[in-house]
Amino acid sequence: MIDTLIDVTLLAFLAITAIAIIKMRNLFVVIMLFGIFSLHSAGLFVVMDAADVAFTEAAVGAGISTVLMLATLALTKNHKEKIPTHHARIPLLVVLITGAALVYGTYDIPDFGDPHSPAQQHVKPRYIERSVEETGTPNIVTAVLASYRGYDTLGELTVIFTAGIGVLLLIGGRIADRPLPTFRPNFSSKLRPILKDKFRHKFRTKLRRKDKE
Amino acid sequence: MKHNLILRFIVKYLFPVIALFALYVQFHGDYGPGGGFQAGIILSVAFIFYSLVFGLKTTEQVLPPGVLRIVMCTGVLIYAGTGVTTMLMGGNFLDYNLLSQNPIEGQHLGILMIELGVGITVSSVMLIIFFAFAGRGRPEEADHD
Repeated sequence: MIDTLIDVTLLAFLAITAIAIIKMRNLFVVIMLFGIFSLHSAGLFVVMDAADVAFTEAAVGAGISTVLMLATLALTKNHKEKIPTHHARIPLLVVLITGAALVYGTYDIPDFGDPHSPAQQHVKPRYIERSVEETGTPNIVTAVLASYRGYDTLGELTVIFTAGIGVLLLIGGRIADRPLPTFRPNFSSKLRPILKDKFRHKFRTKLRRKDKE
Repeated sequence: MKHNLILRFIVKYLFPVIALFALYVQFHGDYGPGGGFQAGIILSVAFIFYSLVFGLKTTEQVLPPGVLRIVMCTGVLIYAGTGVTTMLMGGNFLDYNLLSQNPIEGQHLGILMIELGVGITVSSVMLIIFFAFAGRGRPEEADHD
């Protein structure tokens, strides 16, 4: 009874937050609502006894992604979303049909926690029965992630590593700290200092202007 | 935001708590919910929290960008290195049983090592991404202090 009540409340909050995200035009508010949405999802995962997933959702979804999005928003000048000028009728139709198909598809999904569903019968019984004696780790999730599925976790870590390298390559290294490229015309030694200063000055202002844009 | 007394006070006293909690999540992942990934995020959040109040420049004195890049690579190397070690010991890649005389102990050691690698890389990547975004917008402002 109380579980159902919590489920309904959390799902209702999720729906309300989602509608508010669609309706809001102020991007700052939208980002905060995204964080709230993630927190409600984390609550739902706790209700489903998936503590590890809830933990990740709370830390990543509600925590760090909100901060990163706020940092991105701080880079942009305009904090308001543009009001659309036309009604998107065809996309709405497509979304409604897809949504209806997905809802229809849920009727074939086994019940939550059904012991006869395919997902529960493949390798799961073995993990539950043997993981403690094989890995000595009481938390089965950690045993699966770190030991049985060690390759996958290495792949995930590489994805995060690649993301870090990608960000570094694209926008890493602060512009202000980077030494400006020096201009070296091949003139005689007497002319060179004068020209160099002139050109460098021009070059710098050009660069600055580019940065401001 | 440098002169905001209440924020500075809260950050000063919350920072060690958050960092300690990250370590708890990191090393208690075998027994409770959590692990390297969550711990890395929490640790990076502690530093982001600090830099939001005390400024990017102050945080970069503790965590220079060059060091962060090396740390980021170290985590992946620890993970892959554990796998290579087990290969050199004559087993499969990431076969922790060989790391110790007792297979269970080996599993414990292996899981600890790779979770450490995950935590190190995740926290440094998150910090690098945050610094890249936050440092880009206001290059002049960062020079003030």
